[in-house]
Amino acid sequence: MNRVRQHLSQNERLLFEQSSPGKRAYQLPELDVPAVDAAEALGAANVRAEIEGFPEVSEVEALRHFTRLSTWNYAIDHGMYPLGSCTMKYNPRINELVARTEALAWAHPYQPEALSQGAMKVMAHLEAALAEITGMDAVTLQPAAGAHGELTGILLIRAFLEKCGNPRKKILIPDSAHGTNPATAAIAGYAVENIPSSATGVLDVGALEQIVDQDVAALMVTNPNTLGVFEENITQAAAILHKKGAMLYMDGANMNALVGIARPGDFGVDVMHLNLHKTFSTPHGGGGPGAGPVAVKKVLEPFLPVPRLKRTGRKWAFDYNRKRSIGRVKAYYGNFGVMVRALAYILAHGGPGLRNATMDAVLNAVYIRKGLEAYYDLPYTQPNMHEVVFSDERQAKLGVRTGDIAKRLIDYGFHPYTVSFPMIVHGALMIEPTETESKDEIDQFIEAMISIAKEIETDPQLVKTAPHATRTSRVDEVAAARKPVLRWKAA
Amino acid sequence: MLNACGVSSLEELFAHLPEAVRLGRPLDLEPGISEYEIVQYFRDRAAENGNGYALFLGAGVYNHYRPVLVDAVVSHGEFLTSYTPYQAELSQGTLTSIFEFQTMICQLTGMDVANASMYDGSTAVAEAAMMAARATGRSRVLVARTVHPEYREVLRTYARNQGMPVEEFGYDAKTGMLDLDNLERKMDDLTAAVIVQTPNFFGIADQVKEAARIAHGRGALLVATFTEAVSLGILEPPACADIVAAELQSFAISPSYGGPYAGIIATREKYVRQMPGRLVGQSVDSRGNRAFCLTLATREQHIRREKATSNICTNEALIALMATVFMTVYGKQGLRELAGQNLAKAHYLAGKLTPRFSGSFFNEFVVNVESQAVDELNRSLLKKKIVGGLSLGRFYPELAGSVLLCATEMTRRADMDELANAIVSAAAAKEVTA
Repeated sequence: MNRVRQHLSQNERLLFEQSSPGKRAYQLPELDVPAVDAAEALGAANVRAEIEGFPEVSEVEALRHFTRLSTWNYAIDHGMYPLGSCTMKYNPRINELVARTEALAWAHPYQPEALSQGAMKVMAHLEAALAEITGMDAVTLQPAAGAHGELTGILLIRAFLEKCGNPRKKILIPDSAHGTNPATAAIAGYAVENIPSSATGVLDVGALEQIVDQDVAALMVTNPNTLGVFEENITQAAAILHKKGAMLYMDGANMNALVGIARPGDFGVDVMHLNLHKTFSTPHGGGGPGAGPVAVKKVLEPFLPVPRLKRTGRKWAFDYNRKRSIGRVKAYYGNFGVMVRALAYILAHGGPGLRNATMDAVLNAVYIRKGLEAYYDLPYTQPNMHEVVFSDERQAKLGVRTGDIAKRLIDYGFHPYTVSFPMIVHGALMIEPTETESKDEIDQFIEAMISIAKEIETDPQLVKTAPHATRTSRVDEVAAARKPVLRWKAA
Repeated sequence: MLNACGVSSLEELFAHLPEAVRLGRPLDLEPGISEYEIVQYFRDRAAENGNGYALFLGAGVYNHYRPVLVDAVVSHGEFLTSYTPYQAELSQGTLTSIFEFQTMICQLTGMDVANASMYDGSTAVAEAAMMAARATGRSRVLVARTVHPEYREVLRTYARNQGMPVEEFGYDAKTGMLDLDNLERKMDDLTAAVIVQTPNFFGIADQVKEAARIAHGRGALLVATFTEAVSLGILEPPACADIVAAELQSFAISPSYGGPYAGIIATREKYVRQMPGRLVGQSVDSRGNRAFCLTLATREQHIRREKATSNICTNEALIALMATVFMTVYGKQGLRELAGQNLAKAHYLAGKLTPRFSGSFFNEFVVNVESQAVDELNRSLLKKKIVGGLSLGRFYPELAGSVLLCATEMTRRADMDELANAIVSAAAAKEVTA
């Protein structure tokens, strides 16, 4: 069956271009108190003129506008979304339902603790589950996303080292790391030292031993790394760091390869973050919201952000009085709505189900590797876990790059894989199927990738100008950056 | 599939993991449960929370009605389950809606450019301070004590390791507004940013223009924040600020026990390259049709790594979409009317009480209940199914005995009458015993 066929796609103007004065989509009840003159109550100087350009549309126009826009998006609900390192798995709708449970969704963060016991129990339950999954001693749920978790984790390390007398100067980061790692280290006030991977793309422990000295605060490592390869020397790396008083930070972006199989706390990691919007199935929503809980070993627990959940008798309470805490990283307690969804996922799977999901995720990725290794160059050949990284080396000889192949994949009805990352692979194609794709879906993906490889040999231009089937053809990103138009303005 | 992979069992796929790192036992978690049991679990948790209380809490998180269209739109799987729109050809829906969001935030705040969202108001303020430091080449930050106390805590956490000293300046004990003399005295030529909030934490429309004049006079940038976005339906926007870093929770985002919400950063054209976060720009596709894409990414971590303007990657896109739908539904006329209703409700309640400060307020105000009596009052209100105001002594020791009360379009007159009676009689009882 051919996966794509043209269908009706409606053009749609911007809201501002279809507004007309006096149209409205809202209803407000009759005021049950006397109206107040704004100029009198606030002072005339404090009262604004009407909001120029703000939308004026009817309810049906508003709904149609956003519905039409929605048809221009690809989504997991349409099909496989093989973005490496992003873990685009199916987002169960039960998560959405329970997150809307009224007394949870409409709980005010300052309502009395006595009226918040259910919400606090949800948080405590999730903290305990994540501690068990990671093999760590304590968890904070406050960070809002992965990068925010990284910052929290590095600040914890800094606070601990400061207490030991010297915060130290630099963070070591492998050249295969996500860009957030070095950006985080810089915000936490550390210099970044990039360390080259070994010839096989993993940590070079010999080199590490040479580099680690009294100036090194920590090593930030992703495991499995961005090649999808497990860092087999991780325990030795931890030992080298610990011997010199430095710490091991793990970026948990690839935790979908490990849940139920191996625990960072058991292989020497001192602090790590998780991405609930990756491993634990909460929706990406076009770029967020996420949540980036941070799990730590006991020694870092006193430094965790305030407040901390604590149990007093039969009640849950928040403890604000923690002298060594790094302080707050966010107002209130974290992205609670995302926590509810992640806990629903954990409850649905249970311990054995989570392990099965991990095994299926790895199986799917290995299956793709076997299906494509005859057609695409595989620069690193160790066993891979939940993702596999090819290079465009063969196709580049015919003038076609990874970005072109990605765009052509769209014509076959798939979202592209991750393009040109990690940077240690020249022209990378980084593919992560996740466990929620069926063999049938993956077979179609493999077939599409093989078909593109063949097209490149016969008609490279077809691939270089892709996509051809979308309502929007290739977008001129250079022009957008050269003369930025970042908002609509009336003609 | 196992055959194709050349293994005979799923376990074999993990054979390369060193024995020492493997978990030699099952995870100590309950077995999985069915969909119905999950629903029941969260219903049980919800039942342990408060249910059916009238709420007079604001303090940064507001109880506004969510028009049904908001949930209808964000329940579309095409928005809900899509990724960050890096692949423009497959993401025009998200990109177009973000472009509209950026435009509406500019219209609302009087700024030239706005980004695609930040985590929340608190982190937006911290990022704005760092942005001001980059733009001015200075490092000191002066923040008003009338900025949300938890925002100031987050600011301190971020600033500590950036070599950015943070100092606070006070408020006028009578008006509840900025103490401009205090600001003037604390200003110096090393100050990168002056941060103020309006309506401020006490609900008062504050003197942003005067603060901007003082900041600009010494070469600093003015950062304005707000937690109650509905106020912008009626209040003059902080257009004299250089950066607006604020919270949109009021725009159809449920309180959800503290998050997820959506922060914004908006600024002047000249500072756009110092901005953190994602930006959507207009361009054309190869057929010449208008199209949108992420742009100016050379500010961001995936390109610039340790030299990026911020480490932010995932933001709050879906929450920003909720705010976009909210702004569309209310529109030009509705947001003003909604703000007017909030103003009327809060002033009705205030009319029965004596606000502590004389500054003009939007939908929150402070009343004095006498210390010790606050907890007692709030306890007695709970018995009437009313959650009273925030006890301010928690954040402002000098205001122990005062509560911050909020009324929105959702607050019913009968509940306000009951609350006012309780407060008045608590005060009377105090007088009798005294």
